[in-house]
Amino acid sequence: MVTALAEGPDALTGGTTPAAPEAVVVRFAGDSGDGMQLTGGQFTLSTALAGNDLATFPDFPAEIRAPQGTLFGVSAFQINFGSTEIETAGDAPDVLVAMNPAALKTNVGQLKAGGLIIADTGEFNKRNLEKAKYDQNPLEDGSLEKWQLLAFDISALTLEAVKPFGLGNKEALRCKNMWTLGLALWMFDRDRKPLVDWLNAKFAKAPVLAEANIAALNAGHAYGETAELAGPLKQYHIAPVETAPGLYRTVTGAEAVSLGLVAGAQLAELPMFFGGYPITPASAILHNLAKLKEFGVTTFQAEDEIAAIASAIGASYAGQLGVTSSSGPGIALKGEAMGLAIMTELPLVIVNSQRGGPSTGLPTKTEQSDLYQAVYGRNGDAPMPVIAARSPADAFDCAIEACRIAVEYMTPVMLLTDGYIGNAAEPWKVPDPASYKPFPAKFLEEKNGPDGELLPFARDEKGARPWIKPGTPGLMHRIGGIEKNPGTGNIDYSPASHQTMTDARKAKVDGIAHGIPQQDVALGTEGGKLVVVGWGSTFGPIHQAVRRARAKGLDVSHVHVRHVWPLPTNLGDLLGQYENILVPEMNTGQFKTVLRDQFLLDAKPLNKTSGQPFTIAEIEAAIEGALA
Amino acid sequence: MNDMTPIKTTLKDWETDQEVRWCPGCGDYAILKAVQRTLPEIGADPAKTVFVSGIGCSSRFPYYVESYGFHTIHGRAPAFATGIKLANPELDVWLVTGDGDGMSIGGNHTMHILRRNVNTQILLFNNEIYGLTKGQYSPTSREGTHSPTTPLGSVDRPALPCAFALGAGARFIARAYDVSKDLSSVLKAAHAHQGAAFVEIFQNCIVYNKDVFANFTEKATADTGQLWLKDGEPMLFGKGAKGIALDMDTLSLKVVDVVDGDWQAAGVIVHNVKNRAIAHMLVEMPFGPFPMALGVIYDDPRPTYEATVLAQDAQARAGKSANLAKLLAKGQTWTVDA
Repeated sequence: MVTALAEGPDALTGGTTPAAPEAVVVRFAGDSGDGMQLTGGQFTLSTALAGNDLATFPDFPAEIRAPQGTLFGVSAFQINFGSTEIETAGDAPDVLVAMNPAALKTNVGQLKAGGLIIADTGEFNKRNLEKAKYDQNPLEDGSLEKWQLLAFDISALTLEAVKPFGLGNKEALRCKNMWTLGLALWMFDRDRKPLVDWLNAKFAKAPVLAEANIAALNAGHAYGETAELAGPLKQYHIAPVETAPGLYRTVTGAEAVSLGLVAGAQLAELPMFFGGYPITPASAILHNLAKLKEFGVTTFQAEDEIAAIASAIGASYAGQLGVTSSSGPGIALKGEAMGLAIMTELPLVIVNSQRGGPSTGLPTKTEQSDLYQAVYGRNGDAPMPVIAARSPADAFDCAIEACRIAVEYMTPVMLLTDGYIGNAAEPWKVPDPASYKPFPAKFLEEKNGPDGELLPFARDEKGARPWIKPGTPGLMHRIGGIEKNPGTGNIDYSPASHQTMTDARKAKVDGIAHGIPQQDVALGTEGGKLVVVGWGSTFGPIHQAVRRARAKGLDVSHVHVRHVWPLPTNLGDLLGQYENILVPEMNTGQFKTVLRDQFLLDAKPLNKTSGQPFTIAEIEAAIEGALA
Repeated sequence: MNDMTPIKTTLKDWETDQEVRWCPGCGDYAILKAVQRTLPEIGADPAKTVFVSGIGCSSRFPYYVESYGFHTIHGRAPAFATGIKLANPELDVWLVTGDGDGMSIGGNHTMHILRRNVNTQILLFNNEIYGLTKGQYSPTSREGTHSPTTPLGSVDRPALPCAFALGAGARFIARAYDVSKDLSSVLKAAHAHQGAAFVEIFQNCIVYNKDVFANFTEKATADTGQLWLKDGEPMLFGKGAKGIALDMDTLSLKVVDVVDGDWQAAGVIVHNVKNRAIAHMLVEMPFGPFPMALGVIYDDPRPTYEATVLAQDAQARAGKSANLAKLLAKGQTWTVDA
């Protein structure tokens, strides 16, 4: 794999005066019970505090506690940090921390040639080797020659380090991840203090556990400093990335969506009602919002996905901002209720944290395969706006935008994120809420008809009907899922009525295109030989790949679409200015179909459905192929 | 029901300008009239009243009541109603459903609105058949019901809506039938109950399941077929000649003869609306050997869901401000200098 980052490992493991690597990718892998997600998460935090731009990519099994030591029980956490703008969790890792044979086996194939393996020999025993289907110990048979290998007994070293605290064997071994983290912090010159503070806070009720974990952390850090490891574990001080001045924090997509919804409700001057049902990976949004009651948020864990959306529509009907959230299978269950929200023209935000499908599919992996479901997936002509977030931080703005469209146009809106965006963390310049334009909701207070009658389905200049809160004197009326009279909303099956209302619902959603920004070019030029068009979480790898290709002198640009439905009004003309159109997607070509349908353009697909994000190199290769 | 100032209205005020589209002679007409007669009597405010329904003949009900109305999707009305009540507990929410809507496709939601005790009146029109879809058997159809989907007769045992509701944790259970003169008093009791009030109303589908309740609703059968329950009064029927007693050997109900009005001597029990164990027995009494238990079977309020949720939310909010800027900047942050 030829990449611009390939200097990384060579520099890392090279001579005495190495060139600082542009970016380093570290992958922690172990048993799902080893606390690898915790290790990675904490490393992310300390890296962010050190001012490096970073991106993370958790990769864990669906089973909460898969059998120990097995290949399918491996949990991994990848972090990419460095002094350039990072937009993906990186391609092949430079460093692999393998806590057992299974972790090594499942992850080593992705490690860059010359990369560094840190392995815990304490776990490379006969039983674990058998479970990982190794005939002989890979640490000893020379099969890892392609890489640098650092193998030592992390288990024993950890036990030794925490001995003074009198923990049981099992508890003591749980400190292994902190030991490893200490080593990683040393390798990349990270401050231990935030972690020490965090451990003290986490184990406030069990100070001995805090002390033991801190001791393990320190021991791992100290181990890195010992002379015999100085060679491969050369320290690198990675210069902080140049970023706009301001206050920063790390944010995951799930956090950003939650915060964006709270901000959106405030901008709409509405209380928010969130109806949800537990599902991976969407549950985190319900967890986050349940803690934010003081922002006028009511959360409701419904009995099922249908009740979750139904309760949210009920709340919208009663005058709050109804929100529901799920992943693919749950979104499918909500389909009929979305149709009702479309039919009764009530505001609603539906967050879909996409995962791999169909059916249960890949619950903990990532995919973009719900685009058809979002745009087309309901009975009848049921138009609904769809917005896709490109990154964790972008999800904040997208959530606000979804709230705005829902309230201004009296329509359900679907916000697409995915497992990758939801779980991944990135630095986020904390926005000033005052910089967002409010869009206060208006409720009808008196009869609106020309002759003093009530017309619940009269339309404003945007095509939106009035929002009428039950409880308002004199405005009693009935709404429902049956086709209705274009003005009174009374049941009306007549041919003219259904034609008029179908047209009106379509025109309203189509018209949203006039209230959204024109499509811009994320990188490159307006027109040229090739444009790479993306939507959602493929932003990072596409952007980096286009940047690299342009650095090589290739005529390629990047267009990234946020408003997936309706599409920006200039998108067709913009894309028409390129000779070739490449659409990378983590599905079998869904947005490609939409583009072809809407603009009669010869959009070519680049598809991946492995449950993993695109690598930069994959897209770069496709760019080179398209221009060859 | 809610504590609100009684509003003066008449039956006419609760009629909409929409043409009622049930089959002529349908039991739904009588229920609609009973509701429209009851609403003025309880001082309901049309602006604060919401009728929510699912799908089916019964679920057309909201279109005919001059209040707020939401005709939703099949079986899900309880979930919409729960959202409405959490968003605005001041609204007086009536849920109208049927045996197919509430016991079949929406059984799950019926269970959960009762379990949570959302303060609503739930009127389940039970006609033991699917009317709107043209006569298929329903989850409450009796064994052997011949229908387009069961040409040889249905073989599954019927669900008992009141037994289901009690099992789900309902705190108010009542029964009536469409043309009963006492339907209105049952509706009033349901409305007076704070919490989810479940009312099963036997309704005559004159097209697909005609007179299926005639053996206790007809004049000739009413006396022996109906046991009207009143709190604090003995369980008598058949013009006082029969009563319900507790068989102490089997701990089950039995029918006893009452001689010369001496119900005590016959061992007839006094109805206590807070007795959950007896309520279970009453809703499961097999019709035939026993009369049909009607009226308020069980009424023992507990705190409502929305009141408890809102109290908890208020507690969580106490002393905290909704400062968004602060929230966004929460956690470990760092500053990049200019």
